[in-house]
Amino acid sequence: MFPGSWCLILGTFLPYQTWWSRVFKCQSERINIVVWMAINIFLFVWFYFLYDVGERFVYTRHILGSALSWARAPAAVLNFNCMLILLPVCRNLLSLIRGSFMCCGRTIRKQLDKNLKFHKLVAYMIALMTVVHIIAHLVNAERYYDSRQGDYDELSTILSKLGDTPNSSYLNPIRSTSTTPTLLVFTSIAGLTGVVITLALILMITSSMEVIRRSYFEVFWFTHHLFIVFFAGLVFHGAGRIVRGQIATDPPHDPEDCEDKADDWGVDVDCPIPEFAGGFPQTWMWVIGPMIIYVCERLLRFFRCLQTVRYRKIVIRPSKVLELQLMRNGFKMDVGQYIFLNCPAISQLEWHPFTMTSAPEEDFFSVHIRSVGDWTQKLISIVEQLPEGSQGPKLSVDGPFGTASEDVFDYEVAMLVGAGIGVTPFASILKSIWYKFKESNPKLHTRKIYFYWLCRETHAFEWFADLLQVLEREMEERGLGDFLTYKLFLTGWDQSQGDTCNGSCR
Amino acid sequence: MGKIEWAMWANEQALASGLILLTGGIVGVAGQFRDWQFAAYAVAAGVFVCLLEYPRGKRNKGTSVERTGQYCFTVCVKSFGPLTRNYYVRAFLHAAICVPGAFILATVLGCVCLGIASLIYLAAAIRGEHWEPILPREESARKPVAESIKRPPQNPPPRPPAEIRRKRAEDLEGAAYVNPIPITE
Repeated sequence: MFPGSWCLILGTFLPYQTWWSRVFKCQSERINIVVWMAINIFLFVWFYFLYDVGERFVYTRHILGSALSWARAPAAVLNFNCMLILLPVCRNLLSLIRGSFMCCGRTIRKQLDKNLKFHKLVAYMIALMTVVHIIAHLVNAERYYDSRQGDYDELSTILSKLGDTPNSSYLNPIRSTSTTPTLLVFTSIAGLTGVVITLALILMITSSMEVIRRSYFEVFWFTHHLFIVFFAGLVFHGAGRIVRGQIATDPPHDPEDCEDKADDWGVDVDCPIPEFAGGFPQTWMWVIGPMIIYVCERLLRFFRCLQTVRYRKIVIRPSKVLELQLMRNGFKMDVGQYIFLNCPAISQLEWHPFTMTSAPEEDFFSVHIRSVGDWTQKLISIVEQLPEGSQGPKLSVDGPFGTASEDVFDYEVAMLVGAGIGVTPFASILKSIWYKFKESNPKLHTRKIYFYWLCRETHAFEWFADLLQVLEREMEERGLGDFLTYKLFLTGWDQSQGDTCNGSCR
Repeated sequence: MGKIEWAMWANEQALASGLILLTGGIVGVAGQFRDWQFAAYAVAAGVFVCLLEYPRGKRNKGTSVERTGQYCFTVCVKSFGPLTRNYYVRAFLHAAICVPGAFILATVLGCVCLGIASLIYLAAAIRGEHWEPILPREESARKPVAESIKRPPQNPPPRPPAEIRRKRAEDLEGAAYVNPIPITE
């Protein structure tokens, strides 16, 4: 669970240079991260000093010390990151941005593909800042308690007693000497929402660990919806206005002059009793925008659900691979993109991604689905039981997503290397290149393709081998046998296969 | 959802809770909070829970991924036999350990998280899961490698005879290599 995540946050455990260059491989990614980190550092330092030297908080600091600033600075960073965290997972919004930036160079658009990586990075920052924020507030709660008990100096005791008399405002949220820090937390809005959202955050984090995500995706996916609880609690977390600063009184109360005359407050003309009020809750201003955007995203996914998807053809291929050729109104794709499929007959809530294997020149889009887990097995068994030529189970399609691999058309010689399941986008690319070649599309500069395919064995991808053979045949027929050269590397070859072949295989 | 091994998630949750309990305890002791003795207990309890939960168990299906350096912990935990194998024991143990954490604020979060981990372990135990150590695979399990693999090939791969392969001076066009891309300056 921890080694990978620790390396990210506490990069000093590994040689810094190698970690940095391994995790953030390309220049624009590094620039994004540096900018993000710079904003975080700026917010932390700015709000730290706001509360550390701000005049409004002289008396608050007298009781709490620097723990006040140590609690408020992470709070600002948390506001910023909670705003950011919803945005990378709005895949339709990202597709929209990607489409609008067609002019601006592929490097920028490619950054949008790293959305999940950024989401995780922001989540780590939220976790780290939550730790600092909570520890600082633990200290604050304890100091407020001790101050209320009279364990500190006279000024603190007097400050804590403010608000005991009617019509006066209080500074210390602990209003009675019998309230413990635990009671304070569980009877105040800030404390209660804080505990609830921290619990939600912890459950989200433990179920997002790689082990759980890779093997038991549903646990991760359903637990992750606790983010609704998280954001609800977050918005109300500041409603109690528990962090209090001095407000103006008439005549004004200047802490510098009046600190030492606490006994005379209210009696001395220059030093009236100071008044305090909590700050206006600000978190909602940070997160309301992304929350609305995310709701729109989910609504869009829902409406996409309702669009009819028709089956053009269903083919069951060897090695339990299902090819679905589908059509949907207004569907436009580029090479190398993927879609999410949902089949209500199997599961209402599950959306599974599949790379498209058809070319944009075709009037349908296709996916090849291999039987790997629950969902795919059920889909294949439903389809196998259908009568010939009938429509398949109702499907919903979301997408397409992903940065298209269009660069390949710009080069005269293309070398494509695919390994295992990574060969799937090449089906789309190779088909598209072939179509463009046949139509003499001027955008296509490719004259020669070298294709290298590595896999353990061809069983899992026999459908792709079939595609290659079809392309090879078509090229031979047109006298263009040299256009595509492909080489297969079977890494699962071992001595036993050599024995069965008896020397007659390569 | 039917194929989930709850113990895997319970393990992550319990390890996280151990760390949270430990951190809360350290804060309580270092700050000398009221009733800091509970915080001191939480430090010890947190360390214990982390040591117990650090070695990941073996999965029933699929490959198990070890945590870094977990082998010595695996050996320790394995030595307790049925006490650590059985998830009912773990569930009740965690439930019992977490209770003193509820008494002071600094350790309340660790207490609740450990309580949740205890509940997930209970679910795992009810489903019949148990902890298996991940031990290194034994060498003898591998098939004996044929001797012929260790020697480099004695013969070159089959090719047409050298006379046909050799480029002849009188047949320059046939010998020339054709560049697929025209070379331009």
